[in-house]
Amino acid sequence: MIKKTSDKILYTLIFTVSFITLGILIWIAGYVIIKGLPHINWEFLTSEYRGDSTGIFPMIVTTIYIIVLSLAISVPIGIFSAIYLVEYSKPGKIVDAIKFSIETLAGIPSIIYGLFGYIFFVTVLGFKMSLLSGALTLSIMVLPTIISTTEEALKSVPVSYREGSLALGASKLITIAKVVLPSAIPGILASVILSMGRIVGETAAVYFTAGMAARIPKIMESGRTLSVHLYMLAHEGISFDQAFATAAVLLIIIGVLNFTANKIALGVKKLTTKS
Amino acid sequence: MDLKTAAGIYDKKFRGNSIKNNINKEKNKINKTDGACNTKAKNRDNILIRSKSKGKKVFEKSVENIFLLCACISVISVAIIIIYIFLKGTPAILDIGFADFLFGRSWAPLQGEFGIFPMIITSILGTLGAIITGVTIGLFTAIFMAELAPPRLAKIFKFAVELLAGIPSVVYGFFGLLVIVPMIHKFLGGGGNSLLAVIIILSMMILPTLISISEVALRSVPKEYKEGSLALGASHIETIFKVLIPASKSGIMAAIVLAIGRAVGETMAVILVAGNSPVMPSSLKDPVRTLTANIAIEMGYASGLHEGALFATGVVLFVFILFLNIVLNTVIKRRVARI
Repeated sequence: MIKKTSDKILYTLIFTVSFITLGILIWIAGYVIIKGLPHINWEFLTSEYRGDSTGIFPMIVTTIYIIVLSLAISVPIGIFSAIYLVEYSKPGKIVDAIKFSIETLAGIPSIIYGLFGYIFFVTVLGFKMSLLSGALTLSIMVLPTIISTTEEALKSVPVSYREGSLALGASKLITIAKVVLPSAIPGILASVILSMGRIVGETAAVYFTAGMAARIPKIMESGRTLSVHLYMLAHEGISFDQAFATAAVLLIIIGVLNFTANKIALGVKKLTTKS
Repeated sequence: MDLKTAAGIYDKKFRGNSIKNNINKEKNKINKTDGACNTKAKNRDNILIRSKSKGKKVFEKSVENIFLLCACISVISVAIIIIYIFLKGTPAILDIGFADFLFGRSWAPLQGEFGIFPMIITSILGTLGAIITGVTIGLFTAIFMAELAPPRLAKIFKFAVELLAGIPSVVYGFFGLLVIVPMIHKFLGGGGNSLLAVIIILSMMILPTLISISEVALRSVPKEYKEGSLALGASHIETIFKVLIPASKSGIMAAIVLAIGRAVGETMAVILVAGNSPVMPSSLKDPVRTLTANIAIEMGYASGLHEGALFATGVVLFVFILFLNIVLNTVIKRRVARI
């Protein structure tokens, strides 16, 4: 009997605690979106942030610029690295070093990336606070995500595909380019979308490298992303209404990105179970 | 780096070898046919084909080297990051004095006092508090998802956890500033910006890491363990706590180490709720400043030794994270060895 009551207590504990987790999500997302939605309108999304106008259009553009620029740098490097690790590498010191650095990169806090970007790209290389400095810093930051998810995607391509292609006389490179990569594309796409989410949400690393000028920037000019904008609105107490609206926009973007990545990943699962 | 990657490491070794064997076989075949051509036909066409395939080989090799070069970019990045952070940080540590810097109790850049001891303690306390609450909540949720929830509910939870992981840290901070801080102010008094607020926000932020990795670890326990325990007459709950959790201990440990890394490194969310005064906390209601916040707040206007001291703070953080990484590696390696 004693056993049963202790079981029951634990059951209820597990149930309540789990629903606390669910509650936390609903609380945060619900609170921000309910408070933010009323302040989002067409003008807010498309007007400049200057004088009386408090639109977030420049921040949206900056965010998109930074995403495109960082991915343009990190996606090719990430995919090539993953190809090397999965298709070519032999166990040894080089591979160990590569793996250790990928793990280390994944563990470095974003503020350290910010410091590094500030000293290296902004100061030493003389890129100043600019989109380029920000994008370079971020591209190193998302590299581990892209490499490890692409690795997963490449590994999930059945060995028989490679064998078939090689048996038909195709070289290794052609096998990779025409057989392995095309079958791994959904997985790679999911990793790219996940990295987009990370870039959108990043604050500390961008703050010190891309700066906070609230206008539409050129590549060598400073710009302010949505997250940095939210941070400044909240930290300096400029306007909580605008902050709520910006936070809601951020959450909606992240939600859409997550949903898309999930859908693509599900497609991958179906594909692999079929084959 | 999540557990999936870790699991992938040994999965790959196994598969990679079989691919390589196949490829080697193919190579042998090609070499053989090449040889046959050599002896049989000596006309120009064949020589042409051979030189073409030689060119192809050179091309393939150079592409492989490009791939290798790309893979080495991560190594180079880590090296440059370490070099530059240490290059800027260590002179400042030497200037200030190792003991004065690490154990100095006063941070007053204008007076030339650079002691980060209060911030080290705050970072440790904040992380410790977050880990204690986070692990309790996270582990129970993971148990629920892996063992008790019906599949459909588990799926909803999984989606929720992923969303929670995707929420930008600054949104957590904003939420903390407008909800948690006023709540603490109302119920406990004080300014609200406090160590307690930091702990609450951090424990929310590390939940996704803890839950998803522990869940994978729990699910990867062989079915026989569970069946054996149930067959011996243990109840489901007993099985969970006496068989499944001990069996997935190393996975859960890995989750905790990763969560520590996230909590220690978190910056923007912490700045928004911490109050940021660089003094030793004496109670949960005191305003505090973490190592990360120290860097982020003062970096904008620091120069000279002050800037160096901030980089030195970065060095301390970095060393800690590297140490965590090594711990994590040994945890995962032990796990691989056991499997």
